[in-house]
Amino acid sequence: MSATAVEAEGLRKAFGRITALDGLSFQVPTGSVLGLLGPNGSGKTTTISILSTALRPDAGHATVCGLDVVGEAARVRRVIGLAGQFAAVDPNLTGRENLVLIGRLSRVGRRQARARADELLDSFGLVTAADRLARTYSGGMRRRLDVAAALLHRPPVLFLDEPTTGLDPESRFALWGSVRELAQAGTTVLLTTQYLEEADALADQVVIVSAGRVADTGTPAELKARLGAVVFALGFGTPEDAEAARQALAATGCQPQRTGTRIQIRSGDGSGSLARVLRALDGRVPDPVSVSVHEPTLDDVFLTLTGATP
Amino acid sequence: MNTVALALSDTVDVADRNLRTLLRTPQALIFATIQPVIFVLLFRYAFGGAIRVPGVSYVDYLMPGIFAQAVAFGALGTAVGLSTDLRSGILVRFRTLPMARIAVLGGRTLADLARNLVVVAVMVGVGFAVGFRSANGAAGLFAALGLVVAFGYALSWACAGLGLRVSDPEAAQAAGVPIVFLLVFTSSAFVPSTSMPGWLQAIGTHQPVDALVAAERALILGGPATRDVVISLAWSIGILLVFALLATRAYVRMGR
Repeated sequence: MSATAVEAEGLRKAFGRITALDGLSFQVPTGSVLGLLGPNGSGKTTTISILSTALRPDAGHATVCGLDVVGEAARVRRVIGLAGQFAAVDPNLTGRENLVLIGRLSRVGRRQARARADELLDSFGLVTAADRLARTYSGGMRRRLDVAAALLHRPPVLFLDEPTTGLDPESRFALWGSVRELAQAGTTVLLTTQYLEEADALADQVVIVSAGRVADTGTPAELKARLGAVVFALGFGTPEDAEAARQALAATGCQPQRTGTRIQIRSGDGSGSLARVLRALDGRVPDPVSVSVHEPTLDDVFLTLTGATP
Repeated sequence: MNTVALALSDTVDVADRNLRTLLRTPQALIFATIQPVIFVLLFRYAFGGAIRVPGVSYVDYLMPGIFAQAVAFGALGTAVGLSTDLRSGILVRFRTLPMARIAVLGGRTLADLARNLVVVAVMVGVGFAVGFRSANGAAGLFAALGLVVAFGYALSWACAGLGLRVSDPEAAQAAGVPIVFLLVFTSSAFVPSTSMPGWLQAIGTHQPVDALVAAERALILGGPATRDVVISLAWSIGILLVFALLATRAYVRMGR
């Protein structure tokens, strides 16, 4: 198998006058986990739809395992698994029936489909619910069934579209565990998420998407490093105090950002500059009511790149 | 296995799934049956007394119309089913699986054919209960029901194309009802066309439901049937070919 499992180049797609993808390009190395991170409407689902052959791009091209998603769509379908918000399971079939059906239609053979369904029900913790209709499942169980349904034919490439959106923390962690196991077993995973924490937890490489384009790309660590080693957060009593402090700090050249009563300052040289920051404020504005120092999260990255709250 | 065998196997798998779904949401099947039953009761007992058809008891005249009406409205179930799958996202999953392209539509229409068989069987039972008899014996009746089921199958394909384009089951139903209504009520399904004004007769007697009902009556009541049967079969085959092609093309082109 080649070193690149998924390659997207210059993908464009418009729905009427709305541009969903505006020249999106990225690569997923074989055996790695890539997180496509972006807010609603940034083009994540459109990207997955194109890569999984459900949608044709207007321009650009994409390959999965070296196969063209348009010209060789039938062969692409044999090497991919798809789970996510827009690809559903049947609520009127039991968990087991859903898996056996998908297995049959994935052409793994009747006996093999049954055996594989049992295996997956077991590894996704659905054994006791196996013979209940999927419409009686909780959100977390349905999502696990959905991911299991993508794995019947052991696809080397797995697409997960917002796998944990709307799940409670416990279900979310359980699903993360499953994704990690798959990745460790060598499956290439492309997942979309609007949770920065999720990309941070699962992805080897993160592609930040905004308005159908790549806004930035790197490992979670690289993206954070690009923003400096630490982030200072200062809380003030009123927005006016915070604004006065922002102006005082801006005069020292350290680029503060204000949201309400909070100010954030990024620093490249560690907590040493905290003293400098506090000195800049000393006596000019009311003292901050809270001070914290933390490593940048992907939220900080996102805010800087897109100027928007995810 | 070769491609055709695989496509058939996929089609049967999808049909099996649709039949299970049908049995687990029995409302759909019950409503598909209740409506024609109400029509039988209404026309047999409420309106029937006022309708005179020369040379035949009204119940024997009525039932061929009821069979046609049952499968014509039943075909809307195909549109509703596909529209539901489109909205839920199951179609997206199917379209990303290495299954045969034809199987989603083939399986849906096959399951709806099975559903039609049940509905038609119930209607025959109801017909017998209210005094319907086949003057031409069982052979004539079964031949007529064969035409009915064939027409229902062809019309399912026409509704399949509709269901693939409307991702809202209620809208799909609402779009199909007026067309089926017009086909059934401008035909001679319930009253002889001769009582209609000339322009309506012209429309009413040149459409598939009327052709089907005429062929059924010829087979059930007796008399020369060949010409009517050929016309009805030609309609069904024509509808099937045209709409199967259109629906399959629409399915393959989804996402473009």
